[in-house]
Amino acid sequence: MSAAIETEGLTKDFSVGFWRPRPYRALDHLTLDVAAGEVFGFLGPNGAGKSTTLKLLMQLLYPTSGEARILGRPAGDAAVRQRVGFLAENPYYYDHLTAEELLAYFARVFGFRGTDVGTRVARVLDEVGIGKERRLRLRRFSKGMTQRVGLAQALLNNPEVLFLDEPMSGLDPLGRRHVRDLILGLRAKGCTVFFSSHILSDAETLCSRVGVLVQGKLVASGPLSEILAFELKGWELVVGCGPQLHAELATFARTVTPLSDGHVLLHLAPDAEPDRVVGELTRRGAHIVSINPVRETLEDYFVQVVGATAGRDTRGAGA
Amino acid sequence: MRTIWIIAGAAFKESVRDRVPYTMVVFAVLMMAASYLISELTAGQDLKIIKDLGLAAMSVFGLVIAVFIGIGLVSKEVERKSVFGLLTKPVTRAQFILGKYLGLVTTLAVNLSVMTVAYYGVLFYMNGVATEAMRAGWPVPATDPRLLVAVVLIMGELAVVTAIALMFSTFSSPLLSAMLTLGLWVSGHFNSDLRQFEQVVDQPAVAWIARGLYYVLPNLAPFNVKAEVVYGMPVSASHVGFTLLYALIYIAALLVAAVAIFRRRDFK
Repeated sequence: MSAAIETEGLTKDFSVGFWRPRPYRALDHLTLDVAAGEVFGFLGPNGAGKSTTLKLLMQLLYPTSGEARILGRPAGDAAVRQRVGFLAENPYYYDHLTAEELLAYFARVFGFRGTDVGTRVARVLDEVGIGKERRLRLRRFSKGMTQRVGLAQALLNNPEVLFLDEPMSGLDPLGRRHVRDLILGLRAKGCTVFFSSHILSDAETLCSRVGVLVQGKLVASGPLSEILAFELKGWELVVGCGPQLHAELATFARTVTPLSDGHVLLHLAPDAEPDRVVGELTRRGAHIVSINPVRETLEDYFVQVVGATAGRDTRGAGA
Repeated sequence: MRTIWIIAGAAFKESVRDRVPYTMVVFAVLMMAASYLISELTAGQDLKIIKDLGLAAMSVFGLVIAVFIGIGLVSKEVERKSVFGLLTKPVTRAQFILGKYLGLVTTLAVNLSVMTVAYYGVLFYMNGVATEAMRAGWPVPATDPRLLVAVVLIMGELAVVTAIALMFSTFSSPLLSAMLTLGLWVSGHFNSDLRQFEQVVDQPAVAWIARGLYYVLPNLAPFNVKAEVVYGMPVSASHVGFTLLYALIYIAALLVAAVAIFRRRDFK
């Protein structure tokens, strides 16, 4: 599969300080490929360089060194922009315009003419769930509604590649669900989606691959299935039992936690042979409410990777 | 070119929604109030004052619009990051700058046209209420079409000032851009003095710097022919032609500089 997005040693230095400016490296030799049709999650703590990367890809920033290509052409090429969509973090648009007017303006810039403008604008506003508010001026829009307008403008040209910087920011749970469904719909249509997020559960639901950026460096990247490897961390068993058995539960589990509904939650070790434990507990009169495997989540992985990188850097600085 | 006009249209709409046309209402009210008050003055003088006041007001209102909207059109967009929306579409940075410029010049042209209509309306009224003896005493008719020459040159000057404001706003804050633009506007009206500077200083280096500044700073004095048209003195076609040609060249140079600066900018 061809790469929709490629970066090679992409680096960005900013100058900080007024009297004695010194360089600050926001992005450090990022080399990355995102295949066409992939949903790629770009993860990292605050200040990791995620937005800087997106701005470099959209040529809102110029790289200090390295290069970026989108759909085989240099990032920033006007022909490429015709085929991509971009949503900035906390977007702001002309607040004297209505949502409809703003999108009509951008649609014309994309080359839509005549009645196609209105048709296209109405369709994307429907897609992002903006109803009659589309005729209100943007200054009256809440953060979540502005975010939806941002998504709508990113979808106007039916993009082949979509860049989203924190797309769930400011959205309520319904809005998040809506955007998630939207991204899944785009993935089904073959659109490449590159998005940065703090919300790891969304990344876990949506992404085929993720990259983790810490202090400007890509510290991990790969398919979600490989990264998490679905490593079994144990079992969660919920049982109901009498007080006599209650006292013996600790012999079966690593931890025993009474629940508010009178049941008990047992954490079993990964090699605890759940069939045997369930059989034994049933034989002793307990009733099994549920049993679930506990696997590593993206959040566990993220905390582990970011923690390890931060620790290494601290030791490096101390050495 | 289509993209530039789309951006210009949006910039025009923005200034209209920002209540810029209200300045025209203020102008019209000011003109009517002035004509009422000044009609109490000596016959003959009131017309000259109205003519002077009207042209000066057009200049001042136009300058306020050119400076304060000109500096905001780009720097405000960069500050609020609304620029991201447009620059991530198939729009070059040059198209962005030129579109914004044309949008504001269109705003100014529409404003100035409406103010001119109000101006002639007041002059027409003055002509109507004056007696035959008063009209005979006027050196030039009340609704003298030559007043339009001054209006055209005011528009030329405002187009230059807009380009200056836009150029500064591509790299500095709105406040600094406003100060620099107003500074250049003031110096532009005294620019011709720099040419005579070498006759009053002995040091060749100073004279050389003064001459350099004369060529670099805008020369706005030729755009001011208000006194000439009010007093019925001739303004040659060649003066108007060369002044407008100078405006075109100066604007082109400023826009090239604005685009060059804006092209290199990082938007954090």
